[in-house]
Amino acid sequence: MIDTLELTAIPPEDEALRVEVRSFLAETLDGLEPDERARSWMGFDAGFSRQLAERGWLGLTLPREHGGSARGHFARFVLSEELLGAGAPVSAHWIADRQSAPLILKYGTPAQQACYLPRICRAQAFFCIGMSEPGSGSDLASIRTRAQRSASGWLLNGSKIWTTNAHRSHYMIALVRTSGSAQDRHQGLSQLIIDLSLPGVTVRPIEDLAGDAHFSEVFFDNVELAEDALIGEEGAGWAQVNAELAFERSGPERLYSSMALLECWLAHCRGLDDNASNRETLGSLLTQMAVLRAMSLSVAGKLAAGRSPAIEAALVKDLGTELEQAIPRLIGDALGRRPDQPPPLPLLRTLTYLEQVAPTFSLRGGTREILRGIIARGLGLR
Amino acid sequence: MDNLLGDAAERLYAQTCTPDLIRLAEQGHAPVEAWQACEEAGFGDALVPAEHGGAGLSRPEALPVVLAAGRHACPYPIADTMLARAWLCLARRPQTAGSIAIVAHGLAVQGARIGGLNLPWIRTADHVLAEAGGQAWLLPTRAACIRPSGVHGSLAAEASWALSDAERIEHGPSLAPLAAAAYAGLIAGAMERVLAMTLDYANQRSQFGKPIGRFQAVQQQISVMAEQACAARMAAQLAFQGSDALPGPLLAALGKARASQAVPQVADIAHAVHGAIGVTEECDLQLYTRRLREWRLAGGSESYWHERIGAAALAHGSDALTYLRVALCDKESA
Repeated sequence: MIDTLELTAIPPEDEALRVEVRSFLAETLDGLEPDERARSWMGFDAGFSRQLAERGWLGLTLPREHGGSARGHFARFVLSEELLGAGAPVSAHWIADRQSAPLILKYGTPAQQACYLPRICRAQAFFCIGMSEPGSGSDLASIRTRAQRSASGWLLNGSKIWTTNAHRSHYMIALVRTSGSAQDRHQGLSQLIIDLSLPGVTVRPIEDLAGDAHFSEVFFDNVELAEDALIGEEGAGWAQVNAELAFERSGPERLYSSMALLECWLAHCRGLDDNASNRETLGSLLTQMAVLRAMSLSVAGKLAAGRSPAIEAALVKDLGTELEQAIPRLIGDALGRRPDQPPPLPLLRTLTYLEQVAPTFSLRGGTREILRGIIARGLGLR
Repeated sequence: MDNLLGDAAERLYAQTCTPDLIRLAEQGHAPVEAWQACEEAGFGDALVPAEHGGAGLSRPEALPVVLAAGRHACPYPIADTMLARAWLCLARRPQTAGSIAIVAHGLAVQGARIGGLNLPWIRTADHVLAEAGGQAWLLPTRAACIRPSGVHGSLAAEASWALSDAERIEHGPSLAPLAAAAYAGLIAGAMERVLAMTLDYANQRSQFGKPIGRFQAVQQQISVMAEQACAARMAAQLAFQGSDALPGPLLAALGKARASQAVPQVADIAHAVHGAIGVTEECDLQLYTRRLREWRLAGGSESYWHERIGAAALAHGSDALTYLRVALCDKESA
């Protein structure tokens, strides 16, 4: 059954971080256009990531001996919320910080931790996650990319696709097959850390419908990896990946993808004549967002308490992406009610960008249908 | 269950507010004994301060009683009574006996009478605490002239009073947030019930040789239902949040808006899964879905409250993130 999501407060010492982050962002992002802000965790700016690192805001939850700040989940929630709320270009470090570092901390050997974690905290090592393949999307267990034992470590062959930032990252953590065949499903999968500068790796960016190239196709042609490319246990890749997803699925990034548009439109509305329909749309979006934020915080609280709220995280993500997609739909309709008053161009560009990319919100990190399947299993239907 | 108080309420309502009792109440038999049992358990005084003889609980502590009342579609206004008694204490007019329906909208003074077309709970409540003409009024049901609304199974009806029977109360804070919070809690509770009934049915009803809950098309719908019920539950928690004597107007608005918004999807999916049996009189599902749809509109539907929340956000002057973090989430700012 689904666990009750209790109201959860952010501890004052973590909430205190907000003021500092806010004032840094107000200064640093001054003049950033709303349509650039709308890209946020697709917005790649290594210099910005380094500025965050200088303030100790990368690897916030990592232990100090690895270069982190030893803060908790709530501090991370506050930082993420402010970064995404402001539409900061966080893409360069985002995956390394959110997923790769916790994974390496949990499953890595001391040597792996020493190798990667301090560089992640200094914004010197950017990561991507290799999951999907041309023949494996939602059916992730059917992946065919294979690493075979060799004299010196592993020999890797295959390809990954839709890998966010592969062309701008130093490393990929990939889910690959290390034994058995596609028929063995979840058995025989392992996670490998792949240095993308190695011979035999080819990365080809894919342009998207908005004119950006944030994801790539990656080919592995007899790539020789050292023994210690394996992270965690050989054959336990599926379980490791799923543990990771509870972190990925419930965070503020599943609420705030369309925040730049909401902020921009709110400011626009303040300059318009009083309008009941705009008030209603605004109220509806804020209401849903406030409840979702409370739900997301509750999941953060469960994670902080050491629990693994996988079903609840799937539920919050599905509701969250629905809202992220509703924001451009409803604001588009609100703006289009007055064809005689075209919106200011920055607002129009922000709206258009989000309308175009919004379908991806319920694809990345597990499609809507997969998430609903996970919830159904939690309800005892499967 | 939620806590000791919630467990006690759950047991009491399960025993006393049975589907049969709900049907009888809808047919006009006042649930006198069930209400008496609830009164003896002290739930009506949960929010009344200890110095006035109540339990002096906070709203978050009392929410489980409201959720349980929603789960069992209690045919008397226990959630309203809890909040109305707290309000009346603040207005220095304690009222410790009898159930109280809160009517914040739809009542008007005309000549020597005060009345309205569709007063919730009027067929089972002992009193109505109402707002009309910029005044608050306490109206005894026994003095009311009640006319059936003709709405099948509704506990609401048309009612009016001679002004000489109406007690005017020095105007306290608006009653609208009280009614909104009460319905948010009831809706969240009733959704838990409807979801549980739907899961049972999906696991037990077989077609094409397997339980219908094994079909992905059905699973996906029930997952949506669970998401909406879960959001409504969080909305109710927000509506009951805070340590002031009465619900915060914005939190109550937010709670009612989100709970109301969830109603059509939850009720529609419950019926879609149940098939034709779900719309029969003999199936208990209808007792809860009819109430859900009624409660969605009562005290203002989602659009009513959305417009107010939107207006407050425009007037607030801050960015959207700050507004929803500060104004719409009391737990942090407290």
